[in-house]
Formats: sequence, structure tokens, C-alpha cells
Amino acid sequence: MFDFLDGYDLLGAFWLTVQLTFWSALGSLVWGTLLAAMRVGPVPLMRAFGTAYVTIVRNIPLTVIIVFTSLGLFQTLGVSLGADRFTTINFRLAVLGLTAYTSAFVCEALRSGINTVPLGQVEAARAIGLSFPQTLRIVVLPQAFRSVVGPLANVLIALTKNTTVAAAIGVAEAALLMREMIENEAQLILISAIFAFGFICLTLPTGLLLGRLARKVAVKR
Amino acid sequence: MNPLRTTRTLVASATAVVLALGSASLAHGAMPADHSDDDRITIGIKFDQPGIGLKTPDGTYTGFDVDVATYVAGQLGHEPGEIVWKEAKSADRETMLQRGDVDFIAASYSINDERAEKVDFAGPYLLAHQDVLIRADDDSIKQPSDLNDKRLCSVTGSTSAQNVKDEIAPDAQLQEYGGYSECLTGLENGVIDALTTDDSILAGYAAQEEFEGKFKLGGFELSNENYGIGVQKGSDLKDKINTALEKMVEDGSWDEAVEKNFGPAGYQNEPAPQIGVIVE
Repeated sequence: MFDFLDGYDLLGAFWLTVQLTFWSALGSLVWGTLLAAMRVGPVPLMRAFGTAYVTIVRNIPLTVIIVFTSLGLFQTLGVSLGADRFTTINFRLAVLGLTAYTSAFVCEALRSGINTVPLGQVEAARAIGLSFPQTLRIVVLPQAFRSVVGPLANVLIALTKNTTVAAAIGVAEAALLMREMIENEAQLILISAIFAFGFICLTLPTGLLLGRLARKVAVKR
Repeated sequence: MNPLRTTRTLVASATAVVLALGSASLAHGAMPADHSDDDRITIGIKFDQPGIGLKTPDGTYTGFDVDVATYVAGQLGHEPGEIVWKEAKSADRETMLQRGDVDFIAASYSINDERAEKVDFAGPYLLAHQDVLIRADDDSIKQPSDLNDKRLCSVTGSTSAQNVKDEIAPDAQLQEYGGYSECLTGLENGVIDALTTDDSILAGYAAQEEFEGKFKLGGFELSNENYGIGVQKGSDLKDKINTALEKMVEDGSWDEAVEKNFGPAGYQNEPAPQIGVIVE
């Protein structure tokens, strides 16, 4: 039943999915945190930028963003992100697009965590003379992160599945291999089931582990 | 009620619903498209390939596959007005036929062994080859081996894209996109050197008004694609369609359709293939 799998590099394709997920998750954690800091910060211009970024990016379909990185940034504007072969360029463009998109969600998850920190703590921090960046870094963010592990796990699972959109610009991850196999084998349902199972293997442990971590680190109030 | 129980009941009823839906759709399987009460015929074509099968903004359909399908339907006793066109995407074609969503499919459907296990093919009605489309002023690509240091583009996962990776030009850079239009953008502004797929499809694009004079075909015969008309396994339509195709070639309608759809691109078509003869 499964002998048609011979000659396909299933593991290689899923490994690329994992790499895409990893780099995009890292990127969007950093950029999402910066966005959240802007949105709760005291500078009106930064607040406006953060709000505008999140509102706009969150409402653009991911496919449009990913295809834009290739057609707009690379083909038209010549942004190749320091690579010279299509495979590397496309991978980096996909990470860029996924990061830009996912950080909007990371920002909003983190902002909800910031709102769980009692106002009195921020007032106390200010009273002892901490600046805004210090308050955020030492008092607010450590508590905020601990309360949003669960929501961030959701974002990470969504990101893992969203990497399939990168097939639209030719990144050879799982979804691209799936299309090749469907084209060759005329086994639509079986192939879809195999890839669905592959993604469950990636996302189910993520959910379980991070769910356990969320319970462990949550701030009891 | 114990909360755990509630969950369990919920899961059980959800499972039951899913199973019921599943068996309901299975029960409909393998039924031929049902329109016994009228004279309509449902045909699967591509909606997005100029020259082959294209749905125009005003809702009409053009292309070589459309002309062939219309002629065949005519021979089967259906006026053009009685044809219901349905989009048959590459990945859906076998399933559509098996489920009986369409009576037959003419959608740049290459005959191969894997597909022939699932459906029957009438024809072939066109012998196409994988070829490249390059900029009209590009003189650096004269033979297939010139492609090895070039940047090629094709549709994600397509047979043509896989041929490039495995055989034609393994050293070439390959950009895969969701559709040919994205490749054409790159070809136009020089990021990509050649778009590769079946010459019939390329000719259809090159013949579009907005691209006239900008691109040319390489004229390489990189593979043989025998376009057939797919019907349900064991269907008696196969013989009727074969007879219709033979007649189409005999009375000159076939040549007319080729000229009309591919003519402006300077496409050198193969002579009409013999029914049942598949060129490997």
C-alpha cells in the first residue's frame, strides 16, 4: 500500500518544514516582543506604528505576504537577502514573510500577558526610579511571558502549519513534496493523510510540552 | 452531570456525525453524473490555461481543449448550450471522474500508467512536448544543454518541474510558483531566463495579446505528453469519444482548432495523433 513512497525524501521535506518553523518562530518572538513594547510604550509615534503594523499585517492573507516577498521584494526590487541561489533566497524570503506575519500574533498574545500584571507593580517600579525599558525588562515582561506560554503555543502550532504556504514560492518543504506526489501517484486521499499525520507528529508534542510548561510557570495570583 | 461524561458524550456524538457524513458521501460514489432528466453534459476543463482551457472574464470558455470537448459533445448529441463546464484542477481529475462529477475531462490530461489505473483514456488528441519559453531577444539558449546554468521557472510540483530537477537540467536553478503568471512576471523582468512546461500551454501564453512579440518558444522536445480525454473506468463513452476524435481530424476541425488557439505563437504542432497510439 505504501510502496509508492519509494524515491521520495519525506524526512528531508519535513526537516525543511521544521527549519522554516524554527527560524520564523525565533524571528517573530523577537520582533513580536519589540512590537508589544512599542504598543504599551510611552512614545505616541511608536504606539501608532505598533498598532498600525499589527492591524494591517494581521489582516492580510499569508499567501499574499509570501508571494509578495518573492514577486515584489525579490523579482521587482531585487532584494535577495544575501543569497544567490533560488533555494536559499526563497527560504530566507519565506522566513521573512512568516516572521512579519506571525509577529503580529505574538505581539497581541504578549500584550494580553502584559495586561495581567497588576498596575500597582508598574507604579511601584516607577516609584523606585526604574525607567520604562527597565520596568518592562525587569518587572513586566518576565511575568507577562510566564502567563502567555499557552497562547504562544497556539501561535507556534499555527505557524508550523502556515509554513506550507511557502510552497507557493517554491520552498521545498512538506507541502511542495505533497503536490509532487499527488501529481505523480493519483493517490490523493492516502497522500493527504500521510502529510496530515506528519504535521500532527510535529504539532501534537509541541502542544503537550508547552501546555505542561504553561501550567508549571504560570504566575499564581 | 460529571464534566468528563459530557466530554465523552460530545466526542461520541461528533464521531457519529462524522461517520454518518462519511458514509453518506461514499454512498454517492461511483454514480455517473446524474442528469437523466435533461440533455446536459458535464465536462471538466482547465480554467486558467490560455490556449488550452480558459474561463474569460465574461464567462465564456476558450482554448483547444474547449474546442475539442465541444466537438466531441456535439458528436455525442449535445448542443454547445447544453454543456456544463467544470474546473478540473490537476490534482482533482481522477477523483472527479471516479465520483462521477463530470462525464469526461479534457484538461491537458497527459496519459500515464498511474492515471490509467484509475481512469480510462480516449485519444490521445494532441501530442505535446515539454519546452521552454524564453525572451524574444534571448540568444543564449539554443539547445537543451544551455539550460544548465540558467534560471528556470515552472509550476509547483508539476511534472515539468520534476523533469527539470531529475533529468533535463539538474544544475539549473529552479523557481517553482503556484501558477504560470508569476513565472511570466519574472521572465519579463529578467529574474528568470526560461519558463518550462508543455509547449501547447506555452504557446497559449505567448499567443495572448499582452505578451505578443515578447516571448518565443525554444523548440526543444524535452518529453512527450499525450493528451487524452479521461472517462470513468469501464465507461462506454471511451469508444464514442474515440470515434468523435477520429471524425474531428478527418473533417479538418482539428487543424482549425490548432490554428485558432496556437497559431499566433508560431507553434509547430505535431500532426494529429492516431487514436490509441501513445508516444513514449
